[in-house]
Amino acid sequence: MSGSFLQKYSRDFVFFGGLLAIIVGIFLSQGSAYTSRMLVEAACYAIIALGLTIQWGYAGLFNIGIMGFIAAGSFMSVFVSFPVNDKFWNGPGPSMLVQPILILLIGIALIVGLRKIKQIPQGLRTFLTIIIFAVTYLLVVAGIEPAAKVIETDAGFIGGLGLPVFIGWIAAGIVAGLIAWFVGKICLGLRTDYLAIATLGIAQIIKTFLKNADWLTNGTLTVSPLPWPVPKPSDGNFTEARTIYFAMTAVVVIIIYMLLERAYHAPWGRMMRAIRDNEEAASSMGKNVNRRRLEIFILGSILMGLGGSMLITFTGLFDPSGFIDLNHTFLIWVMVILGGTGNNRGAILGAILVYIIWVMSEPMALWLFDLVRVYGLEWFNWQAPGDLDSRALQMRVFVIGLTIILVLRFAPNGMLPERIRQD
Amino acid sequence: MNELVFFINKALISGAIIGSIYALGAIGVTLIFGILRFAHFAHADMMTVGAFISYILMSMMAAAGFTAPVPLAFLAMFPAMIITALLAIWLDKVFYKPFRDKGSNPVIIVMASLGVTLMLQGLVRLFGGTRARSMYIGENKEIYRIPFPGAKRDIILTEPQVLLFIFTVVAVIALAIFLSRSRLGKAMRAVSDNPDLAKISGINLKHVVWTTWIIGGTLAAAAGTMLSLDVVLKPDLSFGLLLPIFAAVIVGGIGQPYGAVAGGMLIGFSETLAVFNWAVLLRPFKESFPDWFELPTKLAFVPTEYKLAVPFFILIIVLIYRPTGIFKGKVI
Repeated sequence: MSGSFLQKYSRDFVFFGGLLAIIVGIFLSQGSAYTSRMLVEAACYAIIALGLTIQWGYAGLFNIGIMGFIAAGSFMSVFVSFPVNDKFWNGPGPSMLVQPILILLIGIALIVGLRKIKQIPQGLRTFLTIIIFAVTYLLVVAGIEPAAKVIETDAGFIGGLGLPVFIGWIAAGIVAGLIAWFVGKICLGLRTDYLAIATLGIAQIIKTFLKNADWLTNGTLTVSPLPWPVPKPSDGNFTEARTIYFAMTAVVVIIIYMLLERAYHAPWGRMMRAIRDNEEAASSMGKNVNRRRLEIFILGSILMGLGGSMLITFTGLFDPSGFIDLNHTFLIWVMVILGGTGNNRGAILGAILVYIIWVMSEPMALWLFDLVRVYGLEWFNWQAPGDLDSRALQMRVFVIGLTIILVLRFAPNGMLPERIRQD
Repeated sequence: MNELVFFINKALISGAIIGSIYALGAIGVTLIFGILRFAHFAHADMMTVGAFISYILMSMMAAAGFTAPVPLAFLAMFPAMIITALLAIWLDKVFYKPFRDKGSNPVIIVMASLGVTLMLQGLVRLFGGTRARSMYIGENKEIYRIPFPGAKRDIILTEPQVLLFIFTVVAVIALAIFLSRSRLGKAMRAVSDNPDLAKISGINLKHVVWTTWIIGGTLAAAAGTMLSLDVVLKPDLSFGLLLPIFAAVIVGGIGQPYGAVAGGMLIGFSETLAVFNWAVLLRPFKESFPDWFELPTKLAFVPTEYKLAVPFFILIIVLIYRPTGIFKGKVI
């Protein structure tokens, strides 16, 4: 029995064993500080990758706006957990913000209410919705603008609420889920190309908003240091603090993994795969395809928001311009499709492995291009351009793109393929 | 009157400029979407690559001491269009066709096009760096000033803008004639309508696919070059350019080249009108406003930083109320 178990999971053992060996090797050569940082970040990426693997692997949803969910989630967690900014709360800011927020809520309530009244003909309803939207938008913008100016000059930015970080992380998941609900409601009935375009767009807009709304997010001035839910390295023991943080993220990854495994083998997971593999058959069996898709899209995005906020909390710095499509969207895609689409262990394996390679690739690319510079000058008398280092890092963009295509073409199932039960 | 001229310069002309660029890009995307049935995410980077090829050719011509009555980059654009078209066919052959032959899910091809996007982006920035470049070497951008009756300011048009208008009009007319009159153009429309039927009626799919990429590639190179002639050559436009183009395609209806032109213009004008400072136009009527109404110095619908939100918003509205687009395209 144990033999067949070993045989059945031999790929898992080989790959995870190899991964462990790599980590031990890095630990021995680079020391604990480097390794612990890498492992924590890899674990956070694993949470995000699990979010993507259920969207893409369970349901075939094509989300390329992961960066947006990460950014929105991180901001929410910063807002909830950052210490209270007394200057803002004692100043005129809060009272100035009450009016636009009230108008916003009334506007939303009116639009939602209007959709519920079926007696009004469709055309008129659409017209009224647009009018209400435009009026609300203009009033809110007109209200926010002076408030923003006052807050920026008096208090810098609005600061946080000073609540525990765990609550911030939960809020991060909720916000990411709400955004997913909004996008999914509109796009999930259409082919998944539309979802790709819409998520790409919303990610860019979220980033632009966080970067420019200085009164809310401190914009490019960044927010730091972010509080940790556990003792910080600066409080004393450096290694211990990081180890505790790592243990915490590892526990979160394991809990999420176990829940997802359970969901995968439950009737719910079977139904999801049925929808993915044959939408028409599933819908003719009475499954509400769009509703299930919306469910899983929201669930995956919640994980992205959670993982993203844990990542940002660990780095201790919230910088809206630090969210980059390459690091926070495409890298995660590589993790998922390389690790194995639709296989949760594959997503975790891919996340950790790809992240290690990613971290290592930066000094490697710089070193490689330094060689090019030295020998180019020596052999061909070629004067390298001054921005060679920044160009060298562009090499990674190319490699990520190439990896995506190569994996899709030659190993579409990834390292740990989805297990199809043969009984 | 000065205010009106300002409006024409800042809103109408620049709206038409950016609209033409979007339209040229959107024609290619909509044809690829209609015929090959996938959203081609690498299109914006194909535009950048085309512009870079023009830039290289232009520098070579400038180094050879070549002079011309039009900007050199405009001359260089035509060979660059051919090279980009060949590149597009090659990219299709190496990166997209294997997936088509295997009968992969279209989503896989979309993802492959994302891979191509990143590869093109990486290559352009690796060899070209990330800084912006001017498309003029030793030349000046010619500026035409057209006096406007009763105004102190002139309407300002630059040479690349005039060239862009002419090029767009000629290209759209040529495309219309090609699609409606020529055998290959009709075959393309047939494949777009019903690929299976087209195949069994003896249409050579290979030629149709090639033509699609040639049209997409040439127009992408032209749009990229024209955009960088008008402003500067920026290697990092990518997604900022892609979103309005996709919005234009979906607004115009997928597979509808005229829809793409209309959609591109609509998105271009909406963007510029949304960020335009309307207070300028209201200023002459300041006296006639009631006392309680104080004219703000800045009165725009959307701050300039959030320009990208405009095409996205239009996209969302269209997807909610009319997913087929204005011109009744396909919903794939």
